[in-house]
Amino acid sequence: MKIFRNLLNSVKPHFEEGGKLQKLYPAYDAFETFLFVPDHTTKSGSHIRDSIDLKRSMMTVIIALLPALFFGMWNIGNIYYTAMGEEVEFFTKFNYGALKMLPLILVSYIVGLTVEFAFAIYRGHQVNEGYLVTGLLIPMIMPISIPLWMLAVSVIFAVVIGKEVFGGTGMNILNPALTARAFAFFAYPAHLSGDKIWISEQQTMPDGISGSTPLADYASGDLTYDSSMFMDYFNGSMIGSCSETSTFAILIGAAMLIITGIGSWRTILSVFVGGYFMGYLFNLWGANEFMNLPPHVHLVLGGFAFGAVFMATDPVTASSTNKGKIIVGFLIGVFAVLIRVFNPAYPEGMMLAILLMNVFAPLVDHYIIEANIKRRLKRAKA
Amino acid sequence: MSDKKEALFSKKNLKLIKDPLDDNNPITVQVLGICSALAITVQLKPAVVMALSTFFVMCTANVVVSLMRNMIPSRIRIIIQLVVIATLVILVDQTLKAFVYDVSKELSVFVGLIITNCIIMGRLEAFALANKPWKSFMDGFGNSLGYALPLIVVAFFRELLGAGTLFGYPVIEKLGLYELGYENNGMMILPPMALVTCGVYIWIQRMRNKKLIEEN
Repeated sequence: MKIFRNLLNSVKPHFEEGGKLQKLYPAYDAFETFLFVPDHTTKSGSHIRDSIDLKRSMMTVIIALLPALFFGMWNIGNIYYTAMGEEVEFFTKFNYGALKMLPLILVSYIVGLTVEFAFAIYRGHQVNEGYLVTGLLIPMIMPISIPLWMLAVSVIFAVVIGKEVFGGTGMNILNPALTARAFAFFAYPAHLSGDKIWISEQQTMPDGISGSTPLADYASGDLTYDSSMFMDYFNGSMIGSCSETSTFAILIGAAMLIITGIGSWRTILSVFVGGYFMGYLFNLWGANEFMNLPPHVHLVLGGFAFGAVFMATDPVTASSTNKGKIIVGFLIGVFAVLIRVFNPAYPEGMMLAILLMNVFAPLVDHYIIEANIKRRLKRAKA
Repeated sequence: MSDKKEALFSKKNLKLIKDPLDDNNPITVQVLGICSALAITVQLKPAVVMALSTFFVMCTANVVVSLMRNMIPSRIRIIIQLVVIATLVILVDQTLKAFVYDVSKELSVFVGLIITNCIIMGRLEAFALANKPWKSFMDGFGNSLGYALPLIVVAFFRELLGAGTLFGYPVIEKLGLYELGYENNGMMILPPMALVTCGVYIWIQRMRNKKLIEEN
């Protein structure tokens, strides 16, 4: 670490006031605070001081994402070699997936951080770490075969229109990672849905290999559920976006988030409860095969668990009151299953459900706060 | 009668044309006529036809109402303005149907809805009722240009990025970008991107023109 400190100290004068590169100070500041705990002190007003700042909490989320990421890498290799009909070792699969994931992650970070740095320097504010998590989330929720330039365009759209126009990290209405996915989904539908995109290099494979996700199969009625499939879904060895498949790996991440207090257990739990509730209602209705899918299966399919743990809990876009978290989370679960079952064009409803509830979260908060004020006024008068 | 001495293209009159282009743009600053701006900007051709139709209606209506301004009883002025606009819009609609039927079909109800375009009514109310014909003409001229400018810019980007064509000419294909793996952005054809593109237009406009930025 000493080398970094010395290096930073030697270039610092250039970036401070009067220095040659004064304009680039935000970029310098970003590197310094990324490597070391900042020595800034609060100048005015009263603040709660805590050793955990934005950078530390973002790092926790990244660590919580790792199980799902590593599992996703293995799974990419697994479905590839299974489709090819080859038996290979664990690490061959993992390495294959890792090599496929790496370009996506690199493109996402390089493009996204370039945009963030450009805005920070132009506006003269600090580079925020929000993108560290977003940049990892985006490749994790994309299909592995997405062309890199499409990923780059989606990232630029998400950072500029999803975040920077509202004022940067902490001001956005919509979750940036999901904004990127929604943009790609509507802009390049052929690359984001269907049964030719989930296995890497499927174009070079012989025809007749089915590459559709279980959800799409249920929606089209090609697949009938039996209870032996549940553990496969839970473990995550199925077809889907890079890292969304394993509910088990995601729950490890969820445990980390809840224990460190960074992710809200209220949101996570109520999303699952909402999804279960809606799945149960459909069971009672039971008009077609898909509606008869047991409710707990909905929770382990597609991006439901991933969205619940890592997207719905985004502190910026989620509701900020405790009651609001429960209401918004519940509705996310309800809408996700609703969209899945009712709209065959969108076999996965989690993305749209979370984005929709992101928009309504401030409204829910508003009424909860108003109600609270009213209740306390009443109490004061009595 | 002092107005008579004023030159036809005096500074004050030219300002009537220049203002709506930037400082007081009907779409991006006053945020009027947004619905049509979002609906017909998928391609350049309908956007240009729409701009021309609005241009004709706005200039003529402004002059006509200005000529009648001393005769119109103020209590029924809105009705009279509507009759003037409606007559002109029907003229335009019939002309389009006769000569460019396919474009007319594409614009469908939006030509008829020029009647409800708040920009036209707004200019009649705010300007033509109180000014002489020549000035009213200049005002209508300026405002319809101000309406046309964002419309055409937005349509340009939406058609180019969404369909890869300009006025139906396959630009992207001729450039050979498809062979490099480029694909059209399906989102640009959807209405939400019209809103986003308009937003980006306003963003760039406000970056260049500091007068538009509010105090707080």
